[in-house]
Amino acid sequence: MKTTSLLAAALLTTTTAASAETLRWARAGDALTLDPHAQNEGPTHALNQQIYEPLVLRDNDGNFVPTLATDWSVNEDDPNVWTFKLREGVTFHDGAEFTAEDVVFSFERAKSEDSDMKELLTSITEIRAVDDHTVEFVTDGPNPILPSNFTNLFIMDKGWAEANDAVEVQDYEGGETTYAAANANGTGAFKLESREPDVRTVLSQNEDYWGMDEFPMAVTEIVYTPIQNAATRVAALLSNEVDFIQDVPVQDLGRVDGTDGLSIQSAPQNRTIFFGLNTGADDLENDDVDGANPLADKNVRKAMNMALDRAAIQQVVMRGQSQPTGIIAPPFVNGWTEEMDNSYEKNVEEANRLMEEAGYGDGFSLQLDCPNDRYINDEAICQAAVGMLAQIGVNVNLDAKPKAQHFPLIANETTDFYMLGWGVPTFDSEYIFNFLVHTKGDERGSWNATGYSNPELDEQIVSLSSETDEEVRSQTIADIWDVVQDETLYLPIHHQVLNWGMADGVQTEVDVEDQPKFKLFEMSSS
Amino acid sequence: MLAFTIRRVGQSILVLLVTGFVAFSMFTYVGDPIDNMLGQERTQADIERLRDQLGLDQPFFVQYWNFLKEAAQGNFGLSYRQGRPVGEILVERLPATLELAFVSGLMALIGGIGLGIFTAIRKSGALSSSIMALSLIGVSLPTFLIGVLLIYIFAVELGWLPSFGRGQVVDLGFWTTGFLTVSGLKALILPAITLGLYQMTLIMRLVRTEMLEVLRTDYIRFARARGLRERAINFRHALKNTLVPVITVTGLQLGSIIAFAIITETVFQWPGVGLLFINAIQFVDIPVMAAYLMMISVMFVGINLIVDLLYFAIDPRLRVDRSAAKGH
Repeated sequence: MKTTSLLAAALLTTTTAASAETLRWARAGDALTLDPHAQNEGPTHALNQQIYEPLVLRDNDGNFVPTLATDWSVNEDDPNVWTFKLREGVTFHDGAEFTAEDVVFSFERAKSEDSDMKELLTSITEIRAVDDHTVEFVTDGPNPILPSNFTNLFIMDKGWAEANDAVEVQDYEGGETTYAAANANGTGAFKLESREPDVRTVLSQNEDYWGMDEFPMAVTEIVYTPIQNAATRVAALLSNEVDFIQDVPVQDLGRVDGTDGLSIQSAPQNRTIFFGLNTGADDLENDDVDGANPLADKNVRKAMNMALDRAAIQQVVMRGQSQPTGIIAPPFVNGWTEEMDNSYEKNVEEANRLMEEAGYGDGFSLQLDCPNDRYINDEAICQAAVGMLAQIGVNVNLDAKPKAQHFPLIANETTDFYMLGWGVPTFDSEYIFNFLVHTKGDERGSWNATGYSNPELDEQIVSLSSETDEEVRSQTIADIWDVVQDETLYLPIHHQVLNWGMADGVQTEVDVEDQPKFKLFEMSSS
Repeated sequence: MLAFTIRRVGQSILVLLVTGFVAFSMFTYVGDPIDNMLGQERTQADIERLRDQLGLDQPFFVQYWNFLKEAAQGNFGLSYRQGRPVGEILVERLPATLELAFVSGLMALIGGIGLGIFTAIRKSGALSSSIMALSLIGVSLPTFLIGVLLIYIFAVELGWLPSFGRGQVVDLGFWTTGFLTVSGLKALILPAITLGLYQMTLIMRLVRTEMLEVLRTDYIRFARARGLRERAINFRHALKNTLVPVITVTGLQLGSIIAFAIITETVFQWPGVGLLFINAIQFVDIPVMAAYLMMISVMFVGINLIVDLLYFAIDPRLRVDRSAAKGH
């Protein structure tokens, strides 16, 4: 009893501290660098997002929000050119004015060889400043969804980069770090005060921010500390040493939500978890069928899809924290339909009948490769699937290993049956098709380890990138999905759910990209 | 003496080289750093370019040779994960680990010797029996569980001590210390207990056994017969004779405290080299892994070298052995 009253007392003191508008933020990993173009990775963007800004952002419904650009459109007389009008009266943290020159510089930097962001900009052939506040992007063909690729493309100050020798993106071989990796000068709502990588980063509010009156701007200081161990992270929230944590483990959700003064906010994440099947090989490496590939048979793939009990995975493995699905696209992606999302059904009899029809009535065995440190409860999901597939005679040997060993299997196509999770930063199906459905090649299909190749479908996928008629484009997307769903190359499992834990004074909506935007946070004393 | 030293140093270098060789042959099995370094949108061409740039397509002994060449000039390369020079990162992280190791080592030594004497003198008391029973926990409970338990009790339930981090540190230019601030000292308590508990129980049991042994010997009995005070017997005569093995063991354990700080540092988000190493393994940050392993082996080899040289100085039999061999 005494301890609860102590805890309550501790809670009271910190809620008043929260109204001093310092937000103490923790998540599992730290940003790898402050250089906005060196790493295309979630936690890195999440921190840089506070300091730097892109031309456009996206809200939770997938709509574009004007940020450093106020207006943008395709030129009427030339569909290969996009014009972006830039916001006026914006300054960088060091006082320099934000102009078209900075945009041209930043995009050229992001397109350079050592940049991690360059793949999002491959269609751009030229970036030119028309005047101080207008920029034109020339693409190698009409690109109707160009702005979708800009939401994590942060704008740096050209003068600052040149003065500090940070024109080049971090090069690992070069042996030297760039100034931009440890220092930052953006236009964002927060300025960098201090940073110790992996330990502590302090940001303070930018009082000259252009959006001071537009956004709540309730947070005046952010103290960011990565806490890797999940139990410690939750303990830090429970003991009020932090106000806001990402990556709350599912087993601790009840504990946090049940504690006075703390709450959990959940929302579906932009990430779908699924299994991939090697349909293309003539014979599988790790199965017991000689001279044939059982996964090449569509009936077998459909049977495996029917054997999975997604509701059970949701209840038992995920403790309710997932949305079972029949499609490998998260719900807010253009091309997603509710019908496809619900197109899964557990039916062991029918599955067994299909196996019989395919000539595998006695079943077969194969190996499932699964990561154990990448997705929420990844290994446990695989274990559950092993039991479910056994019901139709598919004996699965589970091989779970760290992500650093798992993902090379997919890159090198040396797996027959694997788990993968996929997020869609552009919010468009084309992104999924490009990476997961198109035949594996130099340009596209780099994550397609299914060995599936359909020239007709490839043609349709390529056509999406330059189709300007929205209706035709949507129809093509729907057609491609029909084939993907019918072929059952992938066995979708669920959409992940994001959980943010926070003290009562902190109010925000969960961001589907798992990237908190602190300028939107409301802080109140309770 | 000189020949002996040279031979010992030569052997130490050989051990270091072999350690590095084994380490590099294992890195291939840890995984592939490429996917961690490039974003989701990477193409096959990017993968090959980076692999070539980092020399990951070369056999491990070539990679090892390149590492040695660079390391000999004091250059440990850039961390794949942070993109900063490895030497700089290690120097930045080392103070945290050394301070933690120092405090937990000191705690283990003082606590271990004190409790060891107590349980040896009052060997049948109720308190000693319960201390002995509790010490079993220290030996058998895994470190991370002790850490999480301590966090639960002292940070979550009681709210007395911080659950993570190093608190406020003072930067002395070449060293960051947590000794000079209240929050820094408070932050040290739980990790130091977690890390030192095992060593403390080890030393305690060692001291107790040695003490019981010594207390049975004749000279203690004679001392009693002479009418010396119990206190003088226990501390001046008995304890002194138990300390030799204790110091040997403590010296060796100091190395393992630093090396095994990995788990404690992960549980408490302690920003030392152990946490750095764990992150490096997960990311397959080969330059950091290589430099850390070399650093730890230099440390162990160094400690052993000093111990060997001390033995040589103390123990005349080592010298006699050699001259005797020459005589025949």
